[in-house]
Amino acid sequence: MSEPVKFHFDVAGDNFTSAGEASVQVKKLLRQLNMDPETIRRVSIAMYEGEINMVIHAKGGTADVILYPDRIRIVLADVGPGIADVDLAMQEGYSTAKDNVRALGFGAGMGLPNMKRYTDSMQIESEVGKGTTVTMEVYLPGANPA
Amino acid sequence: MTAKELRTALSLEVLSETDPDRAVTGGYAGDLLSWVMGRAQSGDAWVTIMTNRNILAVAALADTACVIVAEDSAVEADVSALAEEKGINLYRSPLRMFDLCCRIGALIGV
Repeated sequence: MSEPVKFHFDVAGDNFTSAGEASVQVKKLLRQLNMDPETIRRVSIAMYEGEINMVIHAKGGTADVILYPDRIRIVLADVGPGIADVDLAMQEGYSTAKDNVRALGFGAGMGLPNMKRYTDSMQIESEVGKGTTVTMEVYLPGANPA
Repeated sequence: MTAKELRTALSLEVLSETDPDRAVTGGYAGDLLSWVMGRAQSGDAWVTIMTNRNILAVAALADTACVIVAEDSAVEADVSALAEEKGINLYRSPLRMFDLCCRIGALIGV
């Protein structure tokens, strides 16, 4: 069996204007691979939210996308401040984003909830002062992952 | 209805129109980007007063049919240029957001 296809991206931490580049690139790649549109939408939206979170809170990080025959895994890792209370952060509307971020239309407290909404599984590993790793999976239509 | 037909019917100003034949199948209004990203549907005409570059990423990822900037909210030239480059239909209208939405709703029958 062939090795899964992997993509790696470095997400710059200081640039709101280019934030989302990796997600847009993944969207293009998945489109070239003829993935179904809804899967592409789910993967790219979840990834964009994670990317924005890394820009807002963690001065950037890395994004890895791995294509398995039955699922797409997205791993977003940063060495930012960590999330003190993950349950609280998962609540719609809860946000610690600053005013300058909100002025751009971010910081609505919808990022993590959207990531959960658009993926089939999501795990957050976070330690205050060390960083956060979010692992998400989107199952492909018709696939029946174990 | 296509994006171009909608644009013509509403006399929208064209800032970028790279996909005039894109079908508009619904509408969404909002300015909080994550909110829009979570709720807008593929094929929606997205009405907003937000005009920074990030709206283009949101439009691309949420796969909206077009972005319509309401109330003649100021759009920087580089945002229009980027919309062109990214293949996003970007229009503008002097109408208030609510009025614009009502007109769109009447046109596309939602």
